[in-house]
Amino acid sequence: MTYIGSSVKRVEDKRFITGQGRYTDDIVLPQMTYACMVRSPHAHAEIVNVDISHASQMDGVVKIFTGKDTDAAGIGGVPCGWQVDFKNGDTMKEPPHPLLVSDKARHAGDAIAMVIAETYAQAKDAAEMVIVEYNVLPAVTNSKIARADGAPQVHADVPNNLAFDWELGNPREEVDAAIAGAHHVTTLEFINQRVICNAIEPRSAIGHFDTAYDKYTLYTSTQNPHLIRLLMCAFVLGIPEHKVRVVGPDVGGGFGSKIFHYTEEALVIWGSNQIKRPIKWTAERSESFVTDAAGRDHITTAKMAFDKDGNILALSSDTFANMGAYLSTFAPAVPTYLHGTLLQGLYTTPLINVSVDAVFTNTTAVDAYRGAGRPEATYLLERLMDTAALEMGRDPAELRLQNFIAPFDGVEQEGYQTQVALQYDSGNYAPVLKRGLEMVGYEQFRADQKAAESTGKLLGIGFSTYVEACGIAPSAVVGALGARAGLFESAQVQVHPTGKVSVYSGSHSHGQGHETSFAQVVADKMGIPMEDVEIIHGDSDAVAFGMGTYGSRSLAVGGSAIVKSIEKVLEKGAKIAAHLLEASVDDLDYAEGKWTVRGTEKSVAFGDVSLTAYVPHNYPEGLEPGLDFSSFYDPANFTYPFGCHICIVEIDKESGVVKVKRFIAVDDVGNVINPMIVDGQIHGGLAQGIGQAFCEGAVYDESGQLVNGTYMDYVMPRADDLPSFEIDRTVTPCPHNPLGVKGAGEAGCIGATPAVVNAVMDALKGYGIHDVEMPVTSQKVWNIIHGG
Amino acid sequence: MVPSKFAYHKPSTIKEAIELLTTHGDDSKILSGGHSLVPVLKLRLNDPEHIIDVSGIESMGGIRDNEKSITIGANSTHGEIAKNAALKEHAPMIALAASMIGDIQVRNFGTIGGSIAHADPAADWPAVLLAADANIVLTHAGGQREVDIDQFFKGLFMTAMGEEEIITAIRIPKTPFNKNSTYVKFPQPASRFALVGCAAAIANSDGYITEARVAFSGVSATPFRDSNVEKSLKGSVLNEDAIATATASVADDVSIMSDHFAAKKYRKHMAGVYARKALSALA
Ligand SMILES: Cc1cc2nc3c(=O)[nH]c(=O)nc-3n(C[C@H](O)[C@H](O)[C@H](O)COP(=O)(O)OP(=O)(O)OC[C@H]3O[C@@H](n4cnc5c(N)ncnc54)[C@H](O)[C@@H]3O)c2cc1C
Repeated sequence: MTYIGSSVKRVEDKRFITGQGRYTDDIVLPQMTYACMVRSPHAHAEIVNVDISHASQMDGVVKIFTGKDTDAAGIGGVPCGWQVDFKNGDTMKEPPHPLLVSDKARHAGDAIAMVIAETYAQAKDAAEMVIVEYNVLPAVTNSKIARADGAPQVHADVPNNLAFDWELGNPREEVDAAIAGAHHVTTLEFINQRVICNAIEPRSAIGHFDTAYDKYTLYTSTQNPHLIRLLMCAFVLGIPEHKVRVVGPDVGGGFGSKIFHYTEEALVIWGSNQIKRPIKWTAERSESFVTDAAGRDHITTAKMAFDKDGNILALSSDTFANMGAYLSTFAPAVPTYLHGTLLQGLYTTPLINVSVDAVFTNTTAVDAYRGAGRPEATYLLERLMDTAALEMGRDPAELRLQNFIAPFDGVEQEGYQTQVALQYDSGNYAPVLKRGLEMVGYEQFRADQKAAESTGKLLGIGFSTYVEACGIAPSAVVGALGARAGLFESAQVQVHPTGKVSVYSGSHSHGQGHETSFAQVVADKMGIPMEDVEIIHGDSDAVAFGMGTYGSRSLAVGGSAIVKSIEKVLEKGAKIAAHLLEASVDDLDYAEGKWTVRGTEKSVAFGDVSLTAYVPHNYPEGLEPGLDFSSFYDPANFTYPFGCHICIVEIDKESGVVKVKRFIAVDDVGNVINPMIVDGQIHGGLAQGIGQAFCEGAVYDESGQLVNGTYMDYVMPRADDLPSFEIDRTVTPCPHNPLGVKGAGEAGCIGATPAVVNAVMDALKGYGIHDVEMPVTSQKVWNIIHGG
Repeated sequence: MVPSKFAYHKPSTIKEAIELLTTHGDDSKILSGGHSLVPVLKLRLNDPEHIIDVSGIESMGGIRDNEKSITIGANSTHGEIAKNAALKEHAPMIALAASMIGDIQVRNFGTIGGSIAHADPAADWPAVLLAADANIVLTHAGGQREVDIDQFFKGLFMTAMGEEEIITAIRIPKTPFNKNSTYVKFPQPASRFALVGCAAAIANSDGYITEARVAFSGVSATPFRDSNVEKSLKGSVLNEDAIATATASVADDVSIMSDHFAAKKYRKHMAGVYARKALSALA
């Protein structure tokens, strides 16, 4: 019975596919009220007056809260969970992020009042009648412009909008000197544009204060219920943690945007105690566009220096990272410790310096989005590599192979110490690229490319090889880097008397299929059928503690915690079995759900042992009854998946239309528990990565309005935009966790984007351009071809 | 996303619908398939007090194959039109364009009457109906009138329809040019409405073009027929040269729309590209 490694169908899909998923908005509590937020239509405006007198009298209105009320209640605002210090050691600027703003709105969508009514329609009607008088100010949305003197000031006490500046790696002078003396330097200035996460389920939160128990319950579409509870109790509302239950029920996708603690969560909890009734708030899609933390938004200048043989000598990069109007929960970590630390890539670059200005603007906050920092790092490196190859007349695949770090398994050979703080656990990079080349038929492609020249079509091939950091994260390491939380995971394995098993995990599934892959692990390790295992997650009253799901950490960290608890269960089970078999523990083997006395037929089944644990009539002396263990697992290191993505595009010269003809992805995510689920994760990641390259991207106008804030204008990639993916894997196990797994949730999104842009650049190499700004639209390509 | 409060009426005859429209005037809106109006209501860009749902009026439905024309009831959905055999035979561009609108759900709900009443310049129907020389049948309290499609679209979301009128049918003449017609579109990548939609209908006699109708959606705030292209084609043989000559100056006489997907220059260029595609398909 081996479940691990087989494509077991997802057990959760029955309820999802039959429409029985239970999302926050599906939950209806007795006496529930509905909230609608009054939001600033302006990107930057002083709030002169808020008049609720008429709205308060409207049908069904229960209560209206404004910033004055939250100020008067002394509520501090949502905190930031990661501290990054300035280069000079000063603490980052962390202006308050109030639940409701009373002084000024700092981005379009900033909440000014919460209108609570008997129905949502009534709340919405009344919200329209809350009269807000604004003094509209000039707005700034671009992080580079925001740094300039005279730019609009987002926060009065943050000069030049600089939240912090930061650098990492070798001393800048050394890096610059190496670049100055190099045989060849490739320089790129580019924008990694802002993308909107667009989870299919809009955010939703229900706050319920139960007056009988003086206890709060928050239902929220979140990726980590326990962290939300901690932040909300300790930093925002000052309410006792043991009197708060946070439930993240079924969640329809997050992609990072549901990691963070949002103002609405604290508002419905606080408000529910004020009015002594439950309050539900669910974002409208237009609200999601302007209030969900967005991703990327970097403006970067990067240089890569080579010697005459094509060996990389040095890398420098300078980035303006847009933070939006406030520091979201993990925002400071994204452009720094999740981006700068990955600039070693898979290359032996001996000198690296990365510098970042984190900048406030009049836009929605930016935080982790699928890949969080690593896609930006990969984009930077891989655009440089293909551009350098082109400039030096080298083959992009060969140039990479030449510069790859030699294989290391983290067991026989030590991990690889980078110039930018991290130590890679294990890696073997050449095979993924070679496999990719084989799959794409590289030589044949170059011949096809030549042949296409006469047809009005341009063909291009783009490469991207990446290494990323998953399994976030060793607590002491991230603590030293500024995290204000630990990043371990907890798991409880509770064996019932009948031998059935409930597993309580602090990870949170919002599409990843934990209920299946975790159960596969448990069933295999315990030698019992999968049907006997239930995975429970997402409820702080059921699960002791948890740090949630993001950074491809669930299996590597959460799964490892489960394995630890299973080991404890089996260890105690062996003692009970030994007693029942009248043998010594050392003489027992455990396999296929039973303990056997080695070399005999004598055995006792798991179910008999579990029953004995709870009906301990005939029981080892001094042993506690019960079979139920909890563990906390704090990883020894990050895990470092890697891979190679290759994209082939075809451009129609007459229209500039780009078609992704083929997409090859060879990823190494360590050991694989469920290949189908991993394939699914890779596919989804690729779609989002390709989406950023050629269709997604927030567009702001002069006044700071999001121009494409609906699906009429914001382009999401669709199935017919994408080719059928060709994927394969190599397996380099993680040496430091019990499952040998690395993480697969973000890989697709991390590798794909530069492969697409590189392919476009390869197709357009005859046109003397250096870069094409994402998203690569047909108009941009046409302008390049026709010298627009 | 919820609309403001409204009263809902579901008349079963045209007469009843017109009475409601006359009574409530400005405070009312006709609802057909709801695929343009409902988004407008949900975004609260409009908040009529009365919604008059005409989708249950039987006499506004159905596609009738008459001797000289085909009458498409205003309530016909895009999906019904796409599958209609008479249209496929006598005006293939009509069925083709219908099949290119939105997705299956949109085609199963959205109606031709609703689309042209809405008069979104990027919708597919305007180009096709202009090329088809359609007549729009409008019904009001006093009776019916027919408006030539060339007089129907007046600007961005504006038509010749009177405030107390309802579109009840669209008449497509059975002509040689409609029999030899096609539609192509360059979709806006998010909405998949037309950045450029080009409908072409060509009648030939002895190999020479006797009548050419070439019309565009998406290019200008008012959908239009391009008379330069049509004049250039008339009398010539539809070959590569004639197509190149005729499409060299597409959209020269109109003011061209611009957005972040397609600025004027690119949009005009693509109008030419799609005109060539459409005409080449008929050559
Ligand atoms: C996701 C999506 C994708 C779409 N894609 C496309 C596309 O690719 N191409 C395209 O062309 N369109 C597209 N549409 C629009 C679609 O074609 C609509 O169905 C159509 O525009 C409106 O028709 P309706 O029957 O739904 O009208 P409704 O929404 O009911 O009404 C639209 C307007 O017309 C008025 N009206 C309706 N019927 C009448 C009548 N008989 N007489 C007078 N006034 C009337 C209403 O008062 C309203 O102002 C799309 C829509 C959606 C939601």
